[in-house]
Amino acid sequence: MVVVNRFLLHPAAKPVLFALALLPFAQLLHGAIFDGLGPNPAEALLRGTGDWVLRMLCLTLAVTPLREWTGWSALARLRRMLGLFTYFYAVIHFLCYAWLDMGFVPGDIVRDIPKRPFILVGTLALLMMTPLAATSFNRAIRALGAARWKALHRSVYAIALLGLLHYFWMRSAKNDFAEWSVYAAAVALLLGWRVCAALRRDGRAGPTQGQAA
Amino acid sequence: MHLMRHRALPAIVAEITPREVYEGRREWMRRLAAGALGAGLAAWAARDARAQARVAALSAVRSAVAGAVTVEKPTSRNDATTYNNFYEFGTDKSDPSRHAHTLKTRPWTVAVEGEVKKPRLFDIDALLKLAPMEERIYRLRCVEGWSMVIPWIGWSLAELIRSVEPTANAKFVEFVTLADPAQMPGLRSSVLDWPYTEALRIDEAMHPLALLAFGMYGELLPPQNGAPVRLVVPWKYGFKSAKAIVKIRFVDRQPQTAWVKAAAQEYGFYSNVNPGVDHPRWSQATERRIGEEGGIFAKKRTTLMFNGYEAQVGQLYAGMDLAKHF
Repeated sequence: MVVVNRFLLHPAAKPVLFALALLPFAQLLHGAIFDGLGPNPAEALLRGTGDWVLRMLCLTLAVTPLREWTGWSALARLRRMLGLFTYFYAVIHFLCYAWLDMGFVPGDIVRDIPKRPFILVGTLALLMMTPLAATSFNRAIRALGAARWKALHRSVYAIALLGLLHYFWMRSAKNDFAEWSVYAAAVALLLGWRVCAALRRDGRAGPTQGQAA
Repeated sequence: MHLMRHRALPAIVAEITPREVYEGRREWMRRLAAGALGAGLAAWAARDARAQARVAALSAVRSAVAGAVTVEKPTSRNDATTYNNFYEFGTDKSDPSRHAHTLKTRPWTVAVEGEVKKPRLFDIDALLKLAPMEERIYRLRCVEGWSMVIPWIGWSLAELIRSVEPTANAKFVEFVTLADPAQMPGLRSSVLDWPYTEALRIDEAMHPLALLAFGMYGELLPPQNGAPVRLVVPWKYGFKSAKAIVKIRFVDRQPQTAWVKAAAQEYGFYSNVNPGVDHPRWSQATERRIGEEGGIFAKKRTTLMFNGYEAQVGQLYAGMDLAKHF
């Protein structure tokens, strides 16, 4: 436990994580430039960036449970970067859609979004992520106050569910939910853990409040 | 190995050592010699080479059927044989080329039965000789929103239909495809109700553009593209063109088809390419042409009514509400 924490506290920990989190983007970019994305590169970019939004989101949501299970308390200092990378991949994902699929024609995008519920849901998730990314720096936390900041950032749970719904609807065209169920199980586990933790806290808090009243 | 599999082919099928096979081997050896890849990657490269292995040449004359030869630039053989849907080998579009080498296309029979005066069990070699082979260059529009241009080899389905003499009760033609879990790993997944079936109205099936295909790009069909015999109906979304057909049945009622069973509100019996009728979850107005000049930034193309075959097939649907019968 101590050893892992020492690694996580090392000054290089954040740059290493930054480089690792950027790797999928670099790989997709390389593929796009050097014709390495197969017969339908636009689709490969859209799918690839979308996959990484969900993966980054799961990693971000895994920080707190992992900390509690393992005692690697220093993981907390990496959470913000993971959250911001989730947003980064979500923005790239949307840009790929708007550019490669819609040719950056605003009218087409506006007409397309309500026509395709899964795109509506994905766009909504991206919009909801924006205030979280915008309030991720220390001054914003101080300005909002910890309680309000925490309340705002709880919307990440709703965002995770919207992201899953987005992917589910996308996959339902293929009638194949094998990959989706992996992400669904991960999100269910990570959110389920939080529900259990909250219930445990309530269970402990309940009698105390009773006594106080 | 893949050449031996086709030893019993008829005279029209010449066996050659295909260019791509030896080029594939050279590339493979070059990579090994360069030492750039480990043993695992080398095995992967060999698998790729097998997916790309050319089967055997199939000679044909250019079709004289109206509309059968588009002048558009054909999609590269590599794209057309590595990016397609064939759920029996997995739902990803790269799955068929990776997994379909397990498909055994010899021996193969096609049972033609139902409302016909002369039901018959065709051996694949008899089918290959039933009519003169024609090359037809068709547009292919997938319901997912991408398209290709593919040079197919085969003959009009009408030739087969005439030879078995349908009765007056034959209103529809149903196509049943192979469903063998031993050869098709995708059958383990329950995405569709196997076997995959498709169907056409008898007048659609009799249209000269409805093709029974045995080859593409001057050669026998590779397994991932529906060997040894498949349907190609160029004015309908790609999934209507059933692959690896084992049975053709003439019936008096409109049959259930695999995708209608899976999602009737999304996939209709007709499934004619129609830019005016959107899929419930996406627009069908445009399509991405695979291999288009300009790569990822290429503009999407406007999808054409009946995939550009309106002049030839439009009259089949005269008076029909195509938004209702999508």
